[in-house]
Amino acid sequence: MKTLINLEKKINSELASKINTTSIKHNQIYIEIDKEDLIDVTLFIKTNKDMKFRQLIDITVVDYPEQAQRFKVVYLFLSHEFNQRMILSYFINENEVISSLTSIFPSANWMEREVFDMYGVNFKDHPDLRRILTDYGFEGHPLRKDFPLTGHTEVRYNEEQKKVIKEPVKLEQNYRNFDYESPWEGTKYIKEQTDENDKKN
Amino acid sequence: MKMTKKIKNLNLNFGPQHPAAHGVLRLILELDGEVVEKADPHIGLLHRGTEKLIENKTYMQAVPYFDRLDYVAPMNQEHAFALAIEKILKIEVPIRAQFIRVMFCEIGRILSHILNVTTQALDVGALTPSLWGFEERETLMTFYERASGSRLHANYFRAGGVHQDLPGGLEDDIAKFCENFPKIINDLENLLTDNRIFKQRNVDIGIVTKDDALDYSFSGVMIRGSGIPWDLRKSQPYDCYDQLEFKVPVGKNGDCYDRYLCRIEEMKESVSIIKQCLAKMEKGPVKSFDGKITPPSKKEIKQSMEALIHHFKLFTEGYRVPKDEIYTAVEAPKGEFGVYLISDGSSKPYKCKIRAPGFSHLQSMDYLIKGHMLADVPAVLGSLDIVFGEVDR
Repeated sequence: MKTLINLEKKINSELASKINTTSIKHNQIYIEIDKEDLIDVTLFIKTNKDMKFRQLIDITVVDYPEQAQRFKVVYLFLSHEFNQRMILSYFINENEVISSLTSIFPSANWMEREVFDMYGVNFKDHPDLRRILTDYGFEGHPLRKDFPLTGHTEVRYNEEQKKVIKEPVKLEQNYRNFDYESPWEGTKYIKEQTDENDKKN
Repeated sequence: MKMTKKIKNLNLNFGPQHPAAHGVLRLILELDGEVVEKADPHIGLLHRGTEKLIENKTYMQAVPYFDRLDYVAPMNQEHAFALAIEKILKIEVPIRAQFIRVMFCEIGRILSHILNVTTQALDVGALTPSLWGFEERETLMTFYERASGSRLHANYFRAGGVHQDLPGGLEDDIAKFCENFPKIINDLENLLTDNRIFKQRNVDIGIVTKDDALDYSFSGVMIRGSGIPWDLRKSQPYDCYDQLEFKVPVGKNGDCYDRYLCRIEEMKESVSIIKQCLAKMEKGPVKSFDGKITPPSKKEIKQSMEALIHHFKLFTEGYRVPKDEIYTAVEAPKGEFGVYLISDGSSKPYKCKIRAPGFSHLQSMDYLIKGHMLADVPAVLGSLDIVFGEVDR
């Protein structure tokens, strides 16, 4: 924990102009930056002798459709040397193009392809930006919140055409999303009571 | 006059249906004679949209999806998800539940490593190890079945513990297995470790240097095989791993053979961990007492109105998880398996990104196989320990 606080201080002093906010929770350090500073910050935390975040664990995006800046891009880093984890993030608009990390971490290649596939975020200077997980010729970006769970098309084998064809999804029964949310909060005293009982026993 | 001939590289489709592809991998290889110039893995043939589905399910309903990721070691994945929720909700897990979870994670590790070691041998031409190994896997899966009710898709771990206590006699049978299993490992080793053909096919094949292991986001055996002693069970212990003693086997050369040796040693360590768990396990509760998270027992439902309401609410709405953001990782048999969870205060995860170790490993296929012979492709692929459930998600 102490080392994390030191790390936070160091990042704030050395990269002051590039860091928006920092915080520590769950034994990890969370950092928010601006989209333009991604490469600089990544290079710094990778090479700095007190950080050595040598491994990029994952890249992902969180979709907040109701926000002006819709996507939050998240990078997870791991430092083996100091046994620390860092979560770097920044917000972008829907059609913004962001820099690729492939020149710094070769493993970013597929992770960025996945982000592109799932969210439709475009990367600048990516060597090979293709879809990765979805089918050949797939349309849309499935992990966006406005993409329906059932998808838009379904496939079946067509006997007359002798091939697999795509057609719009037809469901016998629509996917039902029940609203269970209720003002039910439960009571707190039960837990307190059992805690007390435990103490007595 | 000099004769010149133009030779075109051959493109070869390896898969999607190929016994050595370990699932549905379409690998497009560019060959110059027998030497691989380029490999382009096409994945996603087993993509089921797990992350999207989890976003639409309550936390409890999401657990079974984790079994279907790396389906040869299901409980290890559930563990990562359970830990993530526990950290956000700040629930304590009873000590017996911790030991049960760790024990089953190690059983999962043995399950996965047997499969990998024996199929790797199968890929390079040895049939017997898989016949011997799969018999043991079957025994282990009956342990899964007796604890959870199903051989593969266990759905056993919960936030706050495990679903139910172990049935009578299971602990003794696992202890018996621990006595017999080292002999089976020795038998496998007798077949493979000094086997001339096995060594010819694996030694100095698919070498990963330390730097590249870091750059390509390797974890688990892939990084340890290259000589980096990194194991999340040691470096970032979760549950009761800090109370257990075990060694972390590390390779030297980073080739397929070293990775095989690491897996064999890890199985021996796992047996020792299971033994320690059994020895330290005491009778006690196996799930959290918090009625807002743990469903009540059938008996309670019959007697208490409170319990009945809890039961109803837990199985319709599910429990709510306060707004938070967390990344938790466990040392799954294949490497670092992580869950990046964003909760928004409702009973469904807002976002659940699954970090599968195999995804990064398979990505490096091009780097690993360049300059090797076509026949080395199955050997390298085997030592990567790929399972498509987790790669494609």
